Amino acid sequence: MIRRILSKVVASVAVVVAAASATFLAQLAVPGDRATALMNLQTGQDKKWTAQELAPLNAKYGFDDPIVVQYLHYVTGLFRGDLGTSYTQKRPVAEVIGGQLLPSVTLTVAALAVAWLLALGVTLLTVKRGRILSSLGSAWEALTASLPHYWVGVVLLVVFAVQLRVFPIIGGTSAWGTVLPVLTLAIPLAGFLGQVTRDEFTQVLEQPFVTTARTRGMSDLGVRLRHVLRHAVLPAITLSGWALGALISGAVIAENIFGRPGIGQVLVTAVNTRDLPTVSGIVLVVAAVYVVANLLVDLAYAVVDPRLAR
Amino acid sequence: MTSLAERLDRQLPTTTALVEVENLRVSFGDTEVVRGISFTARPGECLAIVGESGSGKSVTARTLVGLTGSNASVTADRLDLGGADLRHASERAWRRLRGRQVGFVLQDALVSLDQLRRVGDEVAEPLRLHGWGTRRSRPAKAIELLDAVGVPEPEVRARQRPYELSGGLRQRALIASAIALDPPLLIADEPTTALDVTVQAQVLDLLAAAKERGTSIILISHDLSVVARLADEVAVMREGEIVEYGAASQVLQEPRHEYTRMLLDAIPSEHTRGTRLTGSTARVRRPVDEGVPVLQARNLTKVFRGPDKVDRTVVDDVSFELFGGETLGIVGESGSGKTTLARMALAILRAEAGEVLLRGEPWTALTPGQRRPLRKQIGVVYQDPLSSFDPRWSVGRILTDALSTAAHPPSSQTEARQRAVRLLEQVGLGEHHLSAAPLRLSGGQRQRVAIARALAPEPSVIVCDEPASALDVSIQAQVLDLLTDLQDDLGVSYLFISHDLGVIHHMSDRILVMKDGRVVEHGSADDVFERPRHPYTRRLLTAVPRLRPA
Repeated sequence: MIRRILSKVVASVAVVVAAASATFLAQLAVPGDRATALMNLQTGQDKKWTAQELAPLNAKYGFDDPIVVQYLHYVTGLFRGDLGTSYTQKRPVAEVIGGQLLPSVTLTVAALAVAWLLALGVTLLTVKRGRILSSLGSAWEALTASLPHYWVGVVLLVVFAVQLRVFPIIGGTSAWGTVLPVLTLAIPLAGFLGQVTRDEFTQVLEQPFVTTARTRGMSDLGVRLRHVLRHAVLPAITLSGWALGALISGAVIAENIFGRPGIGQVLVTAVNTRDLPTVSGIVLVVAAVYVVANLLVDLAYAVVDPRLAR
Repeated sequence: MTSLAERLDRQLPTTTALVEVENLRVSFGDTEVVRGISFTARPGECLAIVGESGSGKSVTARTLVGLTGSNASVTADRLDLGGADLRHASERAWRRLRGRQVGFVLQDALVSLDQLRRVGDEVAEPLRLHGWGTRRSRPAKAIELLDAVGVPEPEVRARQRPYELSGGLRQRALIASAIALDPPLLIADEPTTALDVTVQAQVLDLLAAAKERGTSIILISHDLSVVARLADEVAVMREGEIVEYGAASQVLQEPRHEYTRMLLDAIPSEHTRGTRLTGSTARVRRPVDEGVPVLQARNLTKVFRGPDKVDRTVVDDVSFELFGGETLGIVGESGSGKTTLARMALAILRAEAGEVLLRGEPWTALTPGQRRPLRKQIGVVYQDPLSSFDPRWSVGRILTDALSTAAHPPSSQTEARQRAVRLLEQVGLGEHHLSAAPLRLSGGQRQRVAIARALAPEPSVIVCDEPASALDVSIQAQVLDLLTDLQDDLGVSYLFISHDLGVIHHMSDRILVMKDGRVVEHGSADDVFERPRHPYTRRLLTAVPRLRPA
């Protein structure tokens, strides 16, 4: 078991390095000379610069070095936590992202947790509980799974913040202000997780071991909680690894709507200003989140279903 | 009104019935699946309810614990358990009864125990549900129960999960959980169906021991020979009705109803050799062609590497010869390597050592490309034909596809259709089945289509891997008869694999007995069954449930 986890960790590091290499190559592939682009960005002009004018920039960012040297410099820097220097803010990228990372991670992890609670609650209460309840549950899942984040966000904002004034319009990172952004991300995901869980739940309810539990005198709710649930969550766990990564890159919409700090905001600004090191840095962070999330999924799998740990 | 527990505590005389059912009817929607049956079960006795699939026997069993299903309607003139009327019992009353007054054992513990929970927790669950003991005393009781049903090292097993136990141990654990609270009634629904014959005998002994202790047992089974070992009374069900009900000795030895007689006749055994199972007419055998064997295996060995990187020899130095028009039976328990052997004979699995010759020519030694033109000479019929059919294909398409690999493939669509119809007629189906989808056919019809497909390229050998094991006994009889008829007509040879000694004895000319990948005994059917030399063969034969002494 420990060897399996170790080999997974090694593989994960390899994935992050591969992602870093890809973003590095993508930087090279951007058309035009990087020093010229940078000079235009810093001076707000759009013209050809002489080699002399560009020389200090080339020296500072090492654009003159052979590509292999630049690559090695970049990758070794990563292991020291050096993600390069932001073109626009002239600060280390790690610092630019670092300050914004915690709010984003809080938002996504909270959204995932709330999505799970919603999905499991609806599943437990509605699957095979009579025609009406079951149909209501499925309909709710199909509806919410198909809602776009921006729509959910705007509706929540208008109803609960503007009209009812239950929550602040611009929440910042306060706990109360985090509720609506979390729901914005959680509701569509809950519908999606609920759909896969419902299918599995329905099948597991028909299994002979469920009948066995009933013949021992177990109540319907007991059967659902103690036996069926554990079997039925496996597909949703698989999806959660993907969902966590998708949430952190998709958080930008919720962050924008509710004026919340986060790497989503940083990413949008960096893309607009062509701040390539910052964009690469965020891509790497998202890749790392995916990798960590999938490691966690593997671990969760082994805990829930020991058969897979063998 | 006195509670059920109090009534049971009063130690009613043993002749008093524990369960009394009169005119029980169960319907789902407009379909009545149990049509007015009556029976009684007494303490220390076993009532067996026997029937084929769809007879309503399992529904009857579930009705006795109130688990017929929410869409079922149940009526009865009488439905008493230990003197308590259960006709209008509330869900709460049923729940108090389940596990405490009635233990329930389902078939195949691999799916009837929760695979994700520890065996000890599963066994202790009824204890917890009915408030027996404490969180600390229950695990010890679970270990005690496992020990009582003969599970070795119960402390270790209790911490394992069901998939880590062998089939026999799992089934014992399931029984341990059913008898945890020592219920006066134990209902066992096909408790031995998925088990090997030696394990089956052990499980039946366990149920017999419970009966000795005064438990009333209701045994649900499709298998009359299993029933013979345990039952005091037998009720034979067909289409929701009890057609014959009486003492086990009378029903099994001197059946009065024609359906019971048919069921008994359909059971393949040493007595049925050389005859057809339906109608009991003698076979007209073609002489076996003793020339060049149609299929010959030389020193086949197969090694699989397990997930723990340990090599396991699944088939170990096995040789056999199969002659034209002959049936070679391969019998063994699960894990004995018989299916692996079949797959190597079909050259769909490569052997580590040894080779197979087809009509005296190299077969497994060839490259896949060289083998392809010869493949039509060897066909295969599996236990579950449905999974070997493309579910979107019609029967006609399945057969024309198989015909296209024949030595003389049909030259036109009309000819293909004619030949497909001829194949269907050979296996007892008709032209109207051409357009049918396999999903819409019954199990027996599907197996007939599978046999027709195997016959299409006119093979000299058909490998039959448990071809009738998933079928009801009357349908099994028809399929086995079909195979013997085809052999008598066409002279085809069978490599016939089964775990069922009765079927093997009925079908085979010669027999290989396999255990742990090795052939432990090899000889003519009569030699192996009448004069077994190897202790394992003898053990197998004594474990076989029998209707009557051989």
